[in-house]
Amino acid sequence: MPETLARDDVHELKFRDPVKARALTAAIERVLDEIGRDRVSVMHVCGSHEQSIAKFGLRSALPRRLSVIMGPGCPVCVTDMPEVDEAVALALDGKVVATYGDMLKVPGTAMSLAEAEAQGGRVEVVYSASQAIDLARGTDDEVVFFASGFETTAVATAAVVLEEDMPANFSVLSAHKYIPPVMEIVAEMPGTNVEGFLAAGHAATITGSAIFERFVERHGIPVVVAGFEPLDILAGLLKLVELIRDGSAAVANTFPRCVTAEGNLVAQERLWRVFRATGGNWRGIAHVPNGNLRLRDEFAGVDARRRFAIDLTPLWGHAPTTLLQSCICGDIMAGVAAPTDCDLFGKECLPGNPVGACMVSNEGTCKIWHQYGGHPEL
Amino acid sequence: MCLGVPGKVVSVEGQVALVDFFGVRRETRLDVIDEPVGPGDYVLNHVGFAIRKIPAEDIRETLSLYELLLREAGGDMMADDVRGEIEAARGAARQEAARA
Amino acid sequence: MSHASIETRRANGAMPRRPQERIVTLMHGAGGRAMRALVQDTLAAGFPAGAPWAVGLEAMDDGAAIPLADGWLVVTTDSHVVHPWEFPGGDIGRLSISGTVNDLAMMGATEPLGLTSAIVVEEGFALADLERVQSSMTTACLEAGATVVTGDTKVMGRGELDGIVINTTGVALARSVVRDSGLVPGDRIVMTGTIGDHGIALMAARHGLDFDGGLASDVAPINRLVRLALDAAPGAVRAMKDPTRGGVASALHEMAEKSGVGIVVEAERIPVSPAVRSAAEILGLDPFHIANEGKAILGVAAQAADAVLAALRSHPRGADAAIVGECIDRQVGRVILDTGFGRRLVTEPEGEPLPRIC
Repeated sequence: MPETLARDDVHELKFRDPVKARALTAAIERVLDEIGRDRVSVMHVCGSHEQSIAKFGLRSALPRRLSVIMGPGCPVCVTDMPEVDEAVALALDGKVVATYGDMLKVPGTAMSLAEAEAQGGRVEVVYSASQAIDLARGTDDEVVFFASGFETTAVATAAVVLEEDMPANFSVLSAHKYIPPVMEIVAEMPGTNVEGFLAAGHAATITGSAIFERFVERHGIPVVVAGFEPLDILAGLLKLVELIRDGSAAVANTFPRCVTAEGNLVAQERLWRVFRATGGNWRGIAHVPNGNLRLRDEFAGVDARRRFAIDLTPLWGHAPTTLLQSCICGDIMAGVAAPTDCDLFGKECLPGNPVGACMVSNEGTCKIWHQYGGHPEL
Repeated sequence: MCLGVPGKVVSVEGQVALVDFFGVRRETRLDVIDEPVGPGDYVLNHVGFAIRKIPAEDIRETLSLYELLLREAGGDMMADDVRGEIEAARGAARQEAARA
Repeated sequence: MSHASIETRRANGAMPRRPQERIVTLMHGAGGRAMRALVQDTLAAGFPAGAPWAVGLEAMDDGAAIPLADGWLVVTTDSHVVHPWEFPGGDIGRLSISGTVNDLAMMGATEPLGLTSAIVVEEGFALADLERVQSSMTTACLEAGATVVTGDTKVMGRGELDGIVINTTGVALARSVVRDSGLVPGDRIVMTGTIGDHGIALMAARHGLDFDGGLASDVAPINRLVRLALDAAPGAVRAMKDPTRGGVASALHEMAEKSGVGIVVEAERIPVSPAVRSAAEILGLDPFHIANEGKAILGVAAQAADAVLAALRSHPRGADAAIVGECIDRQVGRVILDTGFGRRLVTEPEGEPLPRIC
């Protein structure tokens, strides 16, 4: 019989004690009392934080005067249309496009990958970059790994690109994003009232918490690195409101079991050996300098953009919907608007037929509000 | 954004570890972890790659961090009320467990 | 190809969106809202009405019920496609018998008179595999106390079909019919066992996830289990549904909407095996969205809930049964989950659940 973990271990590692959660919520309430204002706004920049907040129903338990805004923390949502177009074009051109399940419904200019598959394109869902390589090993056809995700996920892509016996029919179409630069953009957006950031624990596992020191210096607002279990998030929020109360612009790490100041140096070395940061559009937000991760020249042979002349002209018969012009995703992700401020929300823009980035992924603010009802009275 | 799941290493073969995720086991690659891991170690997995070894003492550290945060924020009637509630709830849970 | 060119074309802005031909997509087959809309708007539209059926197509229930002089004739049909055709815990043969027997049972018709079996198979399918499928069907029939009374066989060319498709139709008599719309406020929600087992086992097999240990489909006929529940407190089981595609989330939504009640369930009470819980977490999936093939959700009058629960637990397939929630007269059509940390709405899956990275 395999040795399995005792239930206590699971609870210990999962940090899911509702009783402790109530104590943390009460402590947050008390710090808000001390701050004394009727609204304190903080932003998390991680879709998994939103996912946990939604999944565990934390928003219904948090004090109303603490506004926890979801920032541009979903790499799938911010994948730009032309990036999806490239993958769609490759799939319709007979290449096997392997990608994470999250990417299937992200709208491109003409269609999503799911729609491309319905029209005969070849799309395979993988859970890991290794699986994409395995797919390539099992076929003579070209397999293109449409790689999305932040630096955490890019590290896995880097690892397979660095494999010694990589099959010749494997290539990477990188839509990877790098999160530190976009925090600068959001912090400088006009009208933003964000007083502190909750930084993503798993991305910081790679980059380390020290990466936020300069950000804190420049913008004078605190950053707390937090994990994803309910208690992690509540502890992170408590630390953040304490720093706000004390007027202390500092970096704090409430996820020490995974995050160190310098991060995972081996992973960083792999990441930057394979990728370089370059500017690019994030859907619904802006051009983000150094926000995109692209393969370095040394890996041109593995880079789908250089290996194939990706022809987007067949997609040009389709113009993007003019609805996009009314989409206010950028404002929502910057924390200056709520989904209910958008004319399209719940009408033209729905989870099954999303217009903007925030309705695309499970982590998008609009999708979550549409499904969970924002702050529903339950 | 990144789904990360902790698990316990069962065995290691080269750059691949068999990891027990509290109920299912799965192979996890060790290419990008920055410390050697062995059976019994906790690791954090993301898309099939271990990205961090979680030292057991750090788990305790996190728990004590919560306690510390609570203590710092506590010390008044309200927090004491909550502690009372916690104790009451624990007592109830114990009674429930005893009945079952 | 540079991005600039497409950006430029877009900036010029003159092109209208080409009206896309409406086509069937996989989302239409995933058991959620898209599928219900396709059936309601297209597939079930236009048939002549007026037959004296108490429960017909418009009810969108698990099957139809035709009134007889003394009781009801219940009919249901189901086509089974599954990839891979063999998976941990079962295969398409077991699935095809269980699915139809269970759909009958969900209407209160727990003793099938007979089943039909129509098999379409791809050229090249190994005969030995077909024998395995047949043998699984036999085993499932024996468990259900049912048998196949007629059938049909077609062979299609290589590549025209993915292996094998099996359609089964079932007929049974029932003294009274249980609907999926009979919930009233105060009713308890009872689940007959752990959730998510079938879909997670299948997904692990389909995506080559090599989960070692613990994952197996729950595919099984549960008509005898259901009979125990119905007999434990006659009339007290007011609604039933088997949470197949779309999972518990879709089934609860459908029951809440059709019954005109709200449903509150408690996360801590919902039986989920540790293996399914872990695998779902690794894959970023919600067990509520995952298919089951050997489970039922029962709405039971409050005073009879304990008796029904005891009856379920007396059967091996009901050992993990639990009372997980209740119906309320507010939040009509909504399903609310009490997580222990707070409350939230349960969402319905859109399309087939896929492994996520974030």
